[in-house]
Amino acid sequence: MTTQSFGKAIRRTEDDRLIRGRGSFTDDAGSEGLSLTMIRSPYANARILSIDVSEAWEVEGVRAVLTYSDLPGRLVEPLPLLIPHPSLVAPRTQYILAKEHVRYVGEAVVAIFATDRYVGEDAAERVIVEYEPRKAVVGIDAALGPDLVHDDVPGNVAADHVEHVGNVDQALDEAPHVLELDLDMERSMGSSLEGRASHATWDRHSRKLRIQNATQTPTSVRFAVANILEIPDEQVEVFAIDVGGGFGTKVIHPWPEDILTAWGAIEYERPVKFTEDRVEHFISSSHERAQRHQIKVGFDDEGRILGLDVDFVHDNGAYTPYGMIAPLITATQLPGPYKLPNYRVRFRSVYTNTVQVTPYRGAARPHAVFSMERTIDRIAAFLEIDRAELRRRNFIQPDEFPYDLGMIFQDGRPAIYDSGNYPELLEKVLAMIDWDGFPERRSQTPPGRRRGIGVACYVEGTGLGPYEGGHVRVETGGKVQVSTGLASSGQGHHTVFAQIVSDELGVPFEDVEVVTGDTRRFQYAVGTFASRAAVMSGNAVAEAARLVKEKAIQIAAEALEANPDDLEIVDAQVQVKGTPARGIPLAQVAVLANPLRYSFSEAARAATQFAGAGDLDEPPIKPGEDPGLEAAGWYSPVRATFASGAHAVEVEVDTATSEVEILRYCVVHDCGRLINPLIVEGQIHGGVAQGIAGALYEKMAYDEDGNLQNASFMDFLMPYCTEIPEVEIDHLETPSPLNPLGIKGAGEAGVIPVSAVIAAAVEDAEGFQINHMPLFPSELHEMRLMNAEVSE
Amino acid sequence: MNTEESYEIRLKVNGETQQITAPARRLLSDALRGELGLTGTHVGCEHGVCGCCTVLVDGAPVRSCLTFAIAVQDREIRTVEGLAADDGELHPVQEAFKECHGLQCGFCTPGFLMTACALIEQNDDPTEEEITEAIAGNLCRCTGYQNIRAAVGYAAEIARSDKT
Repeated sequence: MTTQSFGKAIRRTEDDRLIRGRGSFTDDAGSEGLSLTMIRSPYANARILSIDVSEAWEVEGVRAVLTYSDLPGRLVEPLPLLIPHPSLVAPRTQYILAKEHVRYVGEAVVAIFATDRYVGEDAAERVIVEYEPRKAVVGIDAALGPDLVHDDVPGNVAADHVEHVGNVDQALDEAPHVLELDLDMERSMGSSLEGRASHATWDRHSRKLRIQNATQTPTSVRFAVANILEIPDEQVEVFAIDVGGGFGTKVIHPWPEDILTAWGAIEYERPVKFTEDRVEHFISSSHERAQRHQIKVGFDDEGRILGLDVDFVHDNGAYTPYGMIAPLITATQLPGPYKLPNYRVRFRSVYTNTVQVTPYRGAARPHAVFSMERTIDRIAAFLEIDRAELRRRNFIQPDEFPYDLGMIFQDGRPAIYDSGNYPELLEKVLAMIDWDGFPERRSQTPPGRRRGIGVACYVEGTGLGPYEGGHVRVETGGKVQVSTGLASSGQGHHTVFAQIVSDELGVPFEDVEVVTGDTRRFQYAVGTFASRAAVMSGNAVAEAARLVKEKAIQIAAEALEANPDDLEIVDAQVQVKGTPARGIPLAQVAVLANPLRYSFSEAARAATQFAGAGDLDEPPIKPGEDPGLEAAGWYSPVRATFASGAHAVEVEVDTATSEVEILRYCVVHDCGRLINPLIVEGQIHGGVAQGIAGALYEKMAYDEDGNLQNASFMDFLMPYCTEIPEVEIDHLETPSPLNPLGIKGAGEAGVIPVSAVIAAAVEDAEGFQINHMPLFPSELHEMRLMNAEVSE
Repeated sequence: MNTEESYEIRLKVNGETQQITAPARRLLSDALRGELGLTGTHVGCEHGVCGCCTVLVDGAPVRSCLTFAIAVQDREIRTVEGLAADDGELHPVQEAFKECHGLQCGFCTPGFLMTACALIEQNDDPTEEEITEAIAGNLCRCTGYQNIRAAVGYAAEIARSDKT
């Protein structure tokens, strides 16, 4: 038998290149050609009065200096609104170069094409832009005030959205107990170590525009570039070979620089590269996470939730290229694993003079989970019921799937949980952290320390449509080539897709070679986001492999004069079941699959016209058949599949420094069937680390004028290994009934409940309410002082 | 305007001396990546904080984004491309990062590999604290560091067993 590889902790095929320094990131593409340097607004809200670029043109090595008024054709239009939504009544997207007005510090104003970045920066110093600054709108309070970000958007409201199930007002009126909470989360950002980058080359001979781009969605970059440059799709090729982390930021496209590099490559007939520097990544890509929630919850004496009313404000920054996806996710993922017979959520998404807000790993689920889990903990404290027990009483039960939330999810389809086992998740994580033994451990807390424990549960909609595809081709040399349109940025897709194809087709794992994110290999795809790649492309390549297997068996059956039903593929050989002696190598089947006039090898002779194969009364390629041992497969789910998990953490807080130390961090995770546990655990480690970063270290520190004061790794406290603890992981495998492989997404899960669980543990340690994340030592210190005053 | 003076700069990288022509302000990171085509060394922040650009200069980890190429003429520079043996055999740190799933996107990896290489070439039996201390100046956004710590420990183990 071919060794089954699905489910095994196989080492990654990606790694060999990367550890030898042979990766191919976008900035690695040639340094000949031109470099694009951007001049960005130093003001958060200002009118542009004049721009003088004359001296910049004089710098040796400068090819062009452009402002908005120099842009041709469709480049003068605002960038596309990627995801329209009925509630988004006032969408606004930015121009490629600012037109008359800038709305955040970092907005692109001038583009310089020069021989290298050094020269570009020299020229940038010689450009004089005169601004008329206006009052900046920074933060949610300011957004709800009188000053405007866009003069034609009253109240700064981009969207006002309400959804509800049941009758919340009545439920709250009739509930024996009602509590209210105000919960806040600050901004952070994905902060991949590779910033945005694009390298465009125009081949004037073949008339092809070749773009290597650090993107999560090459196919869509291609369509956007072709559309804006008004050239046929066919002339544009986009590929993302290696992408140095994405975390959601790189799903946004096209960036102004994507269009300018592509346009410049054609205009100047030279390769053009843009590589973002770190400051630019902070001030001109995307942020996420700033939301303020008002919650009203009604419950009975047993702690069962009867009604939940949530009203939140989402700070979307200066523009809304990704529509309302982030707040919509908060709205629909807020119920989590709990039954909410009466639930109403309203959000207003408001403009501020800050960097745009688009999904960052977790995509507004951390807020949803923070809101729900803080609510549950508050009810438990009020009723003096154990926090774990209160969760048990509100869980959706394993026999209640499919469970319809009665809401519309971010894919425009009903939010229906497909499968899960939330009680078991909780029990497993409680056992792992020894929840019941905590009082004993707490009693042994060393002097100068306070100890606390917390638990948080979540449900995550993953693997949503519309679709993905995959292509599998067996080469006559025996290699199996697999391609899929969505791109990779560290998730190990090359390995897991090879595992899937190896098993489905019956070939050794080592013979499978995977290419992702290259429109030259596969033109149709959606992209890598929403923990969807394994579910979507995984099932698509599995389908493609099954079709190839079917075809191989048909061809081999003729050659072996056997009944197709009696054949199997084992170790890359099509053979009569259990009889390896009566078989034909898959590579040879690939030869036979392509009837030849011209032989190119010894093996290929078998497929030539005089080799004597086939029925002479039939055409060599029968109606309905195609040459080649290859097939494309597609997977398009009716709706998303819902993964879930439970995290528990034990912390110690220092009474003098207010520093929070994580003693143990436990995760029980259910993403259905695991393709590769090594990779899934790696995803969880990284997600939890980003969660801890957002809970205890990171925020975007804007001043009132809209300057991002910590726009560097010296001031933005992205954790080093000294801040991140070991994460203990266990799995539950509840297969998804929605897809043949039974898998659910795993990429974002780790980050989702971290703020909630750390808040719970610190609250438990300190004995006062934690309603705001992140939680820095200085803030915790202030809270201690305030709470000491209150209790005096 | 501004014709910049260029210099002939000798760079000894991975045992091979090469000459480049570049202005005095050319960063070592840019010279390695641009002039020499050694794109394995990555640039993550350009202000010496992330550690992606770490290379070894005379055996010690150095931020190549804070170093002028002209300042390290004739010094022994080692980059990720110089880790594996001539026959392609992986260096213990490379072997260990692969085995322990110590990388995801791979962008920060060369910096970690060079830092870890410097550590285990000085001390092939580091304690957990020494490992943490050694890599505490390198940022990774993908892995949460758990497997990186394990990989450095395992690399030291391989290095020890290679000796015996």
